[in-house]
Amino acid sequence: MSEFVIIYFALLVIASCGAAYYGQRPAFLTLFSLTLVSFVLGIVGGVSALQFVAIAAGLLAFAAGISYSFREFLVAITKGNLSKELKTAPLTAAFGMFVIFTYAIAGIFAPFIAPYGEAEVIAAAFAPADENMLLGADQLGRDMFSRLIYGARNTVGLALVATSAAFFMGATAGLLAATKGGWFDQFMGRFADVVMSIPSLIFALLMLSIFGPEIHVIIIAVAIIYAPRVFRLTRAVAGNVVVMDYIEAAKLRGEGTGYLIRREILPNATAPLVAEFGLEFCFVFLLVAGLSFLGLGIQPPTADWGSMVRENATLISFGVVTPLIPAAAIALLTVAVNFVVDWMLFRSSGLKE
Amino acid sequence: MGTLLFLIAKRLFLGLLTLLVISVIIFFMVELLPGDIAEAVLGMGATEENLAALRKQMGLDQPAPVRYLNWLSGAVVGDFGTSLISGERVTTIIGQRFMNTLFLAAYAAVIAVPFAITLGVIVALLRNTLFDRVANVVTLTSISSPEFFLGYILILYFSVQTGMFPAISSLNADMTFLELLHRTFLPALTLVLVVTAHMMRMTRAAIINLLASPYIEMARLKGMPPWKVIVKHALPNAWAPIINVVALNLAYLITGVVLVEVVFVYPGIGQSLVDAVSKRDFPVVQACCLIFAATFILLNIAADVGAILTNPRLRHPK
Amino acid sequence: MKKDQALIDRLAEEARKGRISRRNFMHYSLAAGLTASSATGLWTTTAMAQPKPGGVFRLGAHDGNTSDTHDPGTYLSFSVIQLAHTYRAYLTLIEPDGSNGPDVATEWSATPDAKEWTFKLNERATFHSGGKVTANDVIASMNHHRGEDSTSAAKALLKDVEDIVDNGDNSVTFKLGSSNADLPWLMTDYHLPICPANADGSLNWQSGDGCGPYKLVEAEFGVGFRLVRHEDWHLEGAYFDEIVIQVLNDPNARQTALVTGDVDAITQLELKTLALLQRNPQIAIDNVPSAAAITMPMFCDTAPFDNVDVRNALKLSIDRQEIIDKIAFGTATMGNDFHHSPAMPYWPDDLEQTPYDPDQAKALLKKAGAEGLSVDLSVADSVFSGAVDLCVLYAEHAKAAGININVIREPNDGYYSDVWLKKPWCAVQWGARPTPDVMYSLAYKDDAAWNESRWQNARFNELLRTAKAELDDAKRAEMYREMAILAKDDGGTVIPMFPNFVYARRSNVMHGEQLAASWQMDGARACSRWWFG
Repeated sequence: MSEFVIIYFALLVIASCGAAYYGQRPAFLTLFSLTLVSFVLGIVGGVSALQFVAIAAGLLAFAAGISYSFREFLVAITKGNLSKELKTAPLTAAFGMFVIFTYAIAGIFAPFIAPYGEAEVIAAAFAPADENMLLGADQLGRDMFSRLIYGARNTVGLALVATSAAFFMGATAGLLAATKGGWFDQFMGRFADVVMSIPSLIFALLMLSIFGPEIHVIIIAVAIIYAPRVFRLTRAVAGNVVVMDYIEAAKLRGEGTGYLIRREILPNATAPLVAEFGLEFCFVFLLVAGLSFLGLGIQPPTADWGSMVRENATLISFGVVTPLIPAAAIALLTVAVNFVVDWMLFRSSGLKE
Repeated sequence: MGTLLFLIAKRLFLGLLTLLVISVIIFFMVELLPGDIAEAVLGMGATEENLAALRKQMGLDQPAPVRYLNWLSGAVVGDFGTSLISGERVTTIIGQRFMNTLFLAAYAAVIAVPFAITLGVIVALLRNTLFDRVANVVTLTSISSPEFFLGYILILYFSVQTGMFPAISSLNADMTFLELLHRTFLPALTLVLVVTAHMMRMTRAAIINLLASPYIEMARLKGMPPWKVIVKHALPNAWAPIINVVALNLAYLITGVVLVEVVFVYPGIGQSLVDAVSKRDFPVVQACCLIFAATFILLNIAADVGAILTNPRLRHPK
Repeated sequence: MKKDQALIDRLAEEARKGRISRRNFMHYSLAAGLTASSATGLWTTTAMAQPKPGGVFRLGAHDGNTSDTHDPGTYLSFSVIQLAHTYRAYLTLIEPDGSNGPDVATEWSATPDAKEWTFKLNERATFHSGGKVTANDVIASMNHHRGEDSTSAAKALLKDVEDIVDNGDNSVTFKLGSSNADLPWLMTDYHLPICPANADGSLNWQSGDGCGPYKLVEAEFGVGFRLVRHEDWHLEGAYFDEIVIQVLNDPNARQTALVTGDVDAITQLELKTLALLQRNPQIAIDNVPSAAAITMPMFCDTAPFDNVDVRNALKLSIDRQEIIDKIAFGTATMGNDFHHSPAMPYWPDDLEQTPYDPDQAKALLKKAGAEGLSVDLSVADSVFSGAVDLCVLYAEHAKAAGININVIREPNDGYYSDVWLKKPWCAVQWGARPTPDVMYSLAYKDDAAWNESRWQNARFNELLRTAKAELDDAKRAEMYREMAILAKDDGGTVIPMFPNFVYARRSNVMHGEQLAASWQMDGARACSRWWFG
């Protein structure tokens, strides 16, 4: 038995006892069941399985620590209601905010943070990581870390603008359709059907072939592709609200459409829309990666996470992690955004538990 | 019930109109794309002379509206024409492939839809616990990488390293149903991973959104167990957005899987569409797009009808 | 000298798997202490085991479309070219050693002015449907690509042919408008297989009948093909009983299929993973220098490329070695800006290689008054794997010479109809052509439809015409050398490299000592030339 295993179990048992002694029931249950599971795991998977658990637990603890500090940091620098709200945020939401904050900093200050330029060739192809290159080099010998940083600026910026545009168009149309009803509703519904039934890659191909592969065309094309999805969802949610009695009452009061949408419908339709935003945001990365499959994406040598995954994807078949790095960058952001979304969802639902 | 039937009939009729509009759009889309079928067929081998000959042979010397009307007059009586390149009937070219696509979509949907909704209900019940977080992290991570990449990872673990499932899902006619399920498991699993997160999160969001409503509060105060509150009271009112997202994802399973087809060498309709677009083979593009559009419209009608059926207020408009 | 038995065993193992050339085998065997004669003996017993017939050969091929057809005039995708060399046969073929050998024609001869060529047909050649291959079939097969209403992509290739006549003694004579010493080489072009003629003289290509080594049993374009041996085939080979060609467009799918043993060989490896795949002892990789080329033609009549100093400055601003290392991962021959690869006949081996010299490039630009040059370079992902990366790398190299190359990624779709021959500078991949004459006539002749660099050089064109009619090899070689110098020093095309054909097989699949350099897979003839060991 190695020293590692002895220390591993000793720590667990001490921590469990500590938790039990101070009456921390959930912590005790978690720690002690982990101890029991570790016995089985150690027998089945050997030391390496336990090491994996230890590393995962370490990472989790580290993330929790950072989230906690970041939340306290936010609470400290904000004032009034906002500060109070932030105090109630769960750790996961704080973690999400921290990641988003980091990405935003990376994106905004990319040229100052990245050690090399995004197109600068500095090493051999797929050179391993060393003290100069944190994550090694890509297929042309460019610094992977620098490209990731620049990718944050390019990819997230594009996704943010495109998703916001899609939501603005889709939600406005959906709310109007739900309140106005009649032919406007029908027309918008059919129009959305038409756009959605054309496969998105083919639609993008047409747009970009006609208007040229410029960045603003990509944004508009992506927004048009996603707007009908938002429209349909908004229409469905708002449709449920519109038939409520209080809307009926408001209509009888003689309130205008604008009032109905802003004060009555929108507050009740926000939650599903926010949930949708968290996901669509991530889908945009993937659509842009799909576009580069047709040779239509962002112009080279601009770094873009989706394309970075695509360029080296086949390496994964040999267990090489290069393509996993940009994929992980996307995944981390998706998870972070959705953690924050979950919190907002929970708040807007008015649940108090 | 009569009004509902009337509504469905109306929607079906509007659906046909939509199809007509789409066919016009698709036709002019293909026309607007740079290059034409003759250039695409001959590739680098194209010269002015053989281009002209090929265009004439394919009837491309006629003006575009005439060609569209010719196609349309056939299509309304169910004749979708022949491929401009191979001269084969469009229905023969894409018939079997469409069935394959439907099979894969059904396979994935049968796993994904119940799984996603059940998981969504469970995480709504266990909201903000470790299980909720882990389920969210796992599903969100799985949709964060492009689907071809997910496919590569599944192939690495399930076929190269363990050999449990074949890496290539090519089909042949004399396979038993079980063999078929085994052979297409990896592409189906990839699709399940791609669509589950979306449906699960929408279920979770829609239910949580209702939990603070007075009637849920009431049910809870009556002492009903939490799972019963959710299944009996919250879920029925949350169906509208859930059904919508399910319909969206079902449509995606049919129309959006070309990358999965390529990765697993599965003979579906997506590959035909991509090939036909790159070759500008208009009748095949048109047929594929219309099939997609029709699928889509039908699913949408089903979703809207579902939303009405599950909401009594919509069922009985005042 | 003591014998190193471990090394000898390993060599024998490598030889048995076909992973070592005879030359290297002999070299290392002698080093391991074997005598020359025992080494030869060991080689013959292990590696040179006679081809043995049998087995089903499953080939995973890239580039297949559901819209492909049997029409030889519109053959375009590689999987169909692969198929064409398996179920159909040509008048002549390219042998593994690169020479021009007999196929349906057994021998051929020309009049001294190279204006009339007579091909004698093989008496034993038969179609799968039963009939003998006649002069009539050959003429119909050629006429399919000629004439006013032909839709064939090979129309330009046969432009000089004025008439083809049946001599009545199982031979045909091609009558040309101008001399062409390379006509027998032209007959290897993949568009020109021999198919049966209809009664009215038109070509029956629709049935999928052919006179090649294997008979088509099942065909689904873009998906796969199944073929069985044509027992009456007129040449040696066709060792496999049955061939299955499966279209695997995705590079990862091909590679995985080979690793898991679902197929026995695959075309077109993804070069990024080459080094990783090489470690697998079950897999043998073939890396064949070819005559395929990457070109970057500039319009010589459009500013700023109309100045020869600008063109030469751009040729000096590319680090070819780094391109080969990072884009081709070592599997390419360096280009020298004349479109004539070492894998083609008459290659001049004594020309000076253009170096990467940003300082000289700067000096040339100064001379041309074009300092701080900024140019657009169009490219698409589909041109070849790594095409966009190549241009990005080139742009980085050119920065050192003060040149700003603005890389524009064009859509894959329609690249050859909208960008090539239309944008003043773009990247292109050319397939292998058999002779320098074919290549230069296609894309460098002053009036060629595909003169992609719009280059006009009187001396070059005069040499091209004389060389075409010249039957003396030594004189021809001298002319091609001079043309190469002209293209290198005055032409408008940057040719960074000639990429190798890189493909792989399971190590139980054997092939001869040499592999043809005309196409991937042993000149697309792996199905009839290879065997299971």
